[in-house]
Amino acid sequence: MVHSSKSGEEVTAKGSVSQSSVGKGLPRVDGDAKVRGTARYVDDLKLPNMHHGMTKRSAVPHGILKGIHKRDGFDWSQVVVVTAEDIPGRNTIVLIEEDQPALVAIGAPIRHHDEAVALVAAPSRELAHEALTHLELEVEEMPAVFTCEDALEAKVKVYGDDNILKTYLIEKGEGDIDAKLAACDHVIEGLYRTQAQEQMYIEPQGMIASWDEGRCHIVGSMQCPFYIQKAMCTLLGLDAEHLVVEQAVTGGGFGGKEEYPSMIAGHAALLAREAGVPVKLIYERDEDIAATTKRHPSVVRHRMGFDADGTIRAIDVDVLFDGGAYQTLTQVVLSRGVLHAAGPYKCENTRVRGRAAATNTPPHGAFRGFGAPQTTFAYERQTQKAAKLLGMSPFAFRELNMLRDGDSTATSQILEGSVGSEAVLSAVKEVAEAYALPADDENSSVRHGRGISFYFHGAGFTGSGEARLAGRATVALAVDGHFEVRSSSTDIGQGVQTMFTQIAATALGVEPDVVRVPSPATDRVPDSGPTVASRTCMVVGRVVNQASTALRERIEAWARENGFGDMPLRQAATAMAKVEGEIAETVQYAPPAGIVWDDEMYTGSAYPCYGWAACMVDVKVDLDTYEVTIDRCVHAVDVGKAINPVVVKGQIEGGTLQSLGWALWEDVIYHDGKVANDRMTNCIVPTFSDAPEMHTIIVEEPFASGPYGAKGVGEIPMDGPCVAAVGAVEDALSSLARSEGFDVLPVSPEAIQRAMRLES
Amino acid sequence: MSEFISPRNLASSLEARAKHPEYVPIAGGTDHMVASKDRGAPAGMINLFGLSELSEVSELEGGGLRIGACVTYARVLDDERVASRFPVLSSACREVGASQIQARGTLGGNIATSSPVGDSLPALLALGATICVASVDGERRIPYEEFLLGYRKVDLAGNELIVAIEVPVQHKGAVQTWRKVGTRRAQSISKLTMAAVAHLDDGKIAGIRIALGAVADRTVRAKAAEAALLGQSPNDESATRAIKALAGEIVPIDDVRSNADYRLGVAQNLVRRFVLSL
Repeated sequence: MVHSSKSGEEVTAKGSVSQSSVGKGLPRVDGDAKVRGTARYVDDLKLPNMHHGMTKRSAVPHGILKGIHKRDGFDWSQVVVVTAEDIPGRNTIVLIEEDQPALVAIGAPIRHHDEAVALVAAPSRELAHEALTHLELEVEEMPAVFTCEDALEAKVKVYGDDNILKTYLIEKGEGDIDAKLAACDHVIEGLYRTQAQEQMYIEPQGMIASWDEGRCHIVGSMQCPFYIQKAMCTLLGLDAEHLVVEQAVTGGGFGGKEEYPSMIAGHAALLAREAGVPVKLIYERDEDIAATTKRHPSVVRHRMGFDADGTIRAIDVDVLFDGGAYQTLTQVVLSRGVLHAAGPYKCENTRVRGRAAATNTPPHGAFRGFGAPQTTFAYERQTQKAAKLLGMSPFAFRELNMLRDGDSTATSQILEGSVGSEAVLSAVKEVAEAYALPADDENSSVRHGRGISFYFHGAGFTGSGEARLAGRATVALAVDGHFEVRSSSTDIGQGVQTMFTQIAATALGVEPDVVRVPSPATDRVPDSGPTVASRTCMVVGRVVNQASTALRERIEAWARENGFGDMPLRQAATAMAKVEGEIAETVQYAPPAGIVWDDEMYTGSAYPCYGWAACMVDVKVDLDTYEVTIDRCVHAVDVGKAINPVVVKGQIEGGTLQSLGWALWEDVIYHDGKVANDRMTNCIVPTFSDAPEMHTIIVEEPFASGPYGAKGVGEIPMDGPCVAAVGAVEDALSSLARSEGFDVLPVSPEAIQRAMRLES
Repeated sequence: MSEFISPRNLASSLEARAKHPEYVPIAGGTDHMVASKDRGAPAGMINLFGLSELSEVSELEGGGLRIGACVTYARVLDDERVASRFPVLSSACREVGASQIQARGTLGGNIATSSPVGDSLPALLALGATICVASVDGERRIPYEEFLLGYRKVDLAGNELIVAIEVPVQHKGAVQTWRKVGTRRAQSISKLTMAAVAHLDDGKIAGIRIALGAVADRTVRAKAAEAALLGQSPNDESATRAIKALAGEIVPIDDVRSNADYRLGVAQNLVRRFVLSL
């Protein structure tokens, strides 16, 4: 690993840099319990008299629910059945809109396969399962629509009159974009399609709900406790005081546990309310794959015009996402998709149009990258084709056009500081020059190829989102003399607890082992905003840093006043806690100055800053089986500052493999709107055996408003390795396959075979 | 709850089998565990895993090997005799599932399940293996090709158990090739498999067996392709004739793992590559 550190380490008030754990590869604080198997995930938790819940789902993609019948031959007194009629509040899972019901009501439309219709709870899973098989749905089936292109015709109506969930328009430069393109020396036009992707977290989704004197308590696998609390208050007709949501140890999320857990929490709470006992609702793997959200499939038309020397003059992009049956997070995902669609390139004339259409498939939702991977695939395929057309090196074309400090983005945001574009590209170029591709022997059954990609990812919520969220975090000195970081940021495997420990310990000037970062519960932590959008380190980490600093100053002041001025902070804190009891500092996030965003015109500072990355993938393609082996992946990512370089490297490499999987293997296959590959044996994600040699380069162009210079890292590794791999396959088969064959994901062996047939 | 019997030896296993023909014999249980989620628990199970009489690899006269039905893939991989005499079988076992499945799954179980994608099956077919089955009434020996009756259907009576696989010595200088085309590199159900064994005499193909998995309702020999090659020199022309013949004799399908076009095209490519390697 090349670790090119540029940010200076912040010096603590005690002047002790040696005490700083920021920048060090501290072992994960949650690692020991996970390795020993003592960490308690939701399915490990048992409450007294707990029953098991299960969900009755629709078996058609579109229809009207006419009735729910309890068939004979089963003793219904043993179980509890819940339908829409039993909902005390409003029958909706609130997020952005209220279009999605918690349970389909009789007389109401079923809008996708595997939609929740009724719930059962029984003392055992077996009995609950038996009850489900005796529950019959009477449904009047209706014609359905399964692709976003068909949905635009609105022959079948899923959402409103036109099926359009959201549209966006970004425009830059004067005059007609068609005329601008026509005036260019070269125009490249491409149509790009990407497929749904399953998050495939190791731990399936699950919740336990229990009631105590009108108060509902939820514990489970999740990313965003306060999202669940908000949705549940509406569903159950409760105020926040009566609804506590607590995170259990969570085995991965990748966005898949951003919105859907509200549905499961709601179901568990309804069952527990009806049953009068706690109810555990854990999804089986096939149920999880069939019913929960996935990455939005996309169709992107991209036109790029440039001069004979390669200078980009005009970009026109039309983005279409398949939202699935309900709004969920689609409009926000589409927003990020269009904001990244012009790429990290200078261009004075840009138009980006975005639409999302509703279809009769389970809703698509949050997934690491959040709309950017789809448009990154399109613009970097375009860049690869442009460099090839001009006979330029892929590095030279990007160096000519890349955004640099002071340049203006597609939304006319002027980049000011923390722009690692040159640094990441040159880091990859250096490795590319050091390793030559093996020469191919005509008689051999393999061909080698290399692909390059270059991209950026906005960190934090879009535009004024962070100001609206006003995330807060608390750092407390507990009575036992330990420090506690309280926030709603969830550790879902990405290392939040370790990262906050390091930030707080460094700011306080204490050893990391006296800092605790408990899992959040809504009655014990302030709302720091959701654990999404590559914002946890940059935004919440900054607040943790500020709260820690405030707490340290308060302890130091107390020590001075009480004659302990010379005492190390740790001892002074223990003394203070004995006298004063618990003391806590809470800080609210204040976005950096100069963030101006126009939500109507979609212009201004789309994000406070961007991560930058470049990737090189070397592959070999087997001409007999069309299988691709990824030999090497070089990935340079500008993260501002790696608070924990080992954790950061893990984030980059995990995201890289997820992106490579999306490129070559992963697909969700729908048969009439139902997921046909709902097992880990056929919903293919890469294994360690499929992973290439990874050469990960951490670049640090510090962001002035991030803690110690840090900005987002969670999502950017997902955006670009995919298109580098696809470019590498195209390069390997340069004269043997048709280029358009590589404009559709996944580039599976079957797709490569078709591309080679087209050419021959 | 279904009954789970673990007999102490082969004789009592055969008695249990005779008494409870509706019980499912379990060799390693790796297929059964997956299937039970959909099909529910069977009336009972007869556990054969670890029975010493079924877990040995022994020498046959003339250089062949008798492999007990409950020998695991991992044991096959450890056996140097298998590696040197039947590398096609070692290679196939190495690509089954991953380490955990290889430690538990057995050749007998793979044969009894007889999935069209069973990874060891084409290797056994290409090697000309014989299946030994037993019941309380005695033992039968059936050439593997005849043992395969249809989709997941084998020539095994309700009172019989598979006890061993006999693999005959191969022609001196025979070339053995294994290719698994999976959905990924490990933990993968095959899209297509090919095992092939051939030898030359005076530059001509004097003996050849090509077995393919996942291109028909059962593991099959590519008899027409073999016929097109027998007595011919291994070259572009004979390979082209063979793969044309192949297209007429296999019936690959579309499913969630792959499609018929791909399976046919790749089977042809692999057969061609094998012929040209001779």
